[in-house]
Amino acid sequence: MHPFLQRVALATGLGLALAGTALAQEVPAGEKPVDAYVQSNANANATPLADKAVFDAFGGKDGLVRIAADTVDFSMADPRIKDIFATTDVPRLKRTLAEQFCYVLGGGCTYTGRDMAAVHKDMGVTHRDFNALVENLQKAMDKAGVPFRVQNRLVAKLAPMQRSVVER
Amino acid sequence: MQGRLLTKVSLSLVGLWSLAVTGVARAGEINTGGKLLLTGGVSSLEGGAGGGLATWSVIAGNETRDGFGGKVHLTGVEVSDYSLRAAGAAVGLHDRVELSVARQEFDTGDTGAKLGLGKGFTFRQDVYGVKVRVLGDAVYDQDRWLPQVSVGAQYKKNNQGTVVRAVGGKDDSGTDYYVSATKLLLDQSLLLSGAVRLTKANQTGLLGFGGDRSDSYKPQFEGSAGLLLSKRLAVGAEYRSKPSNLGFAREDDWVDLFAAYAINRTVSVTAAYVDLGDIATFRNQRGLYVSLQAGF
Repeated sequence: MHPFLQRVALATGLGLALAGTALAQEVPAGEKPVDAYVQSNANANATPLADKAVFDAFGGKDGLVRIAADTVDFSMADPRIKDIFATTDVPRLKRTLAEQFCYVLGGGCTYTGRDMAAVHKDMGVTHRDFNALVENLQKAMDKAGVPFRVQNRLVAKLAPMQRSVVER
Repeated sequence: MQGRLLTKVSLSLVGLWSLAVTGVARAGEINTGGKLLLTGGVSSLEGGAGGGLATWSVIAGNETRDGFGGKVHLTGVEVSDYSLRAAGAAVGLHDRVELSVARQEFDTGDTGAKLGLGKGFTFRQDVYGVKVRVLGDAVYDQDRWLPQVSVGAQYKKNNQGTVVRAVGGKDDSGTDYYVSATKLLLDQSLLLSGAVRLTKANQTGLLGFGGDRSDSYKPQFEGSAGLLLSKRLAVGAEYRSKPSNLGFAREDDWVDLFAAYAINRTVSVTAAYVDLGDIATFRNQRGLYVSLQAGF
């Protein structure tokens, strides 16, 4: 390729890359910036449920936003695991958690967060911590009036993430 | 509180599916608790974690891989012509190894006189068990078909060797070997478990080991199915096949219908209707099984 064309191609590629980065780094109101990463629903680390009735039983996206927020609030007030959230960008966590729930329950949401291994890297999450969070999620689902057997449909999707989340 | 009271109150452990988390601090201490509610199974009659009559691959106690846990149980079974009392304890190490011990008292009551053993004649058996989880995780692996698989052994010693031999039994002690697979199908709120046990035990060892009809190890099957109705309550059924080694009395398979309830993170109760079939010529031994369990 001609050196000039090479330079154009390189510049174009760079421009596209920068544009992509800019998109990923667009910071929603109230959240802090994060390092660039490739956005993909695959980061949710679970395949969506086909049965839309489950999503509806959770109260749709609105219900899941509330459940995700309560789960985080309960966990930040939980002496067992609150320290883990000391430096967490809470608005971002609540938003991405709701997106993840919505995506895996087949609600058609786009998950814009990072994958589970990246999110929890070096946090030193234990099995006990993971289970404590599941308890808080159950508490939030109870509060939202989600029937126990329906709750288990979501917990079943999240349980295997233990392998990526727990580090020690 | 001997016999009757125990039997009537009769309780065996629900390995609490208790989202058990004791308030033990994490850093630098030995961790206990932390397992998700009801995922430890209940205490089986023979001491290890399981259903009531069947053995599961789960490890006793509420601990996760981060620590150790344990469980104690008191169980009573009252059927038409006999009573069985059992007490036991089990410890789980890092959700990997389980060590258990149980003492069972098989009380023939009035039936003892009819059998020529004397009223209230009681067979006592001690069971020492070890179980090792070899692969899979019954709870977390919800994206795989693979169950949690464990292997184990139970050494059993009966204190009535003379009577055992008199009725055709070959030995007053024996060792069972088993492999068990347990899977929680969380999206269906269903728990399934199956085990294959190599055993020579007569009525699980309460009537000794081996017999005049057969004195070889035979594979037997144990199966359980349970439905989770809430975080605290599970109902289900179990089946356990048994060999029939003694010529004087045919031995039947065991069946039960159970409900397990976690009162809190520590204490749980299992109640079951059991059909133990014919025992030592007395037919259709059916009745109540109750177990009280405490775990950490």
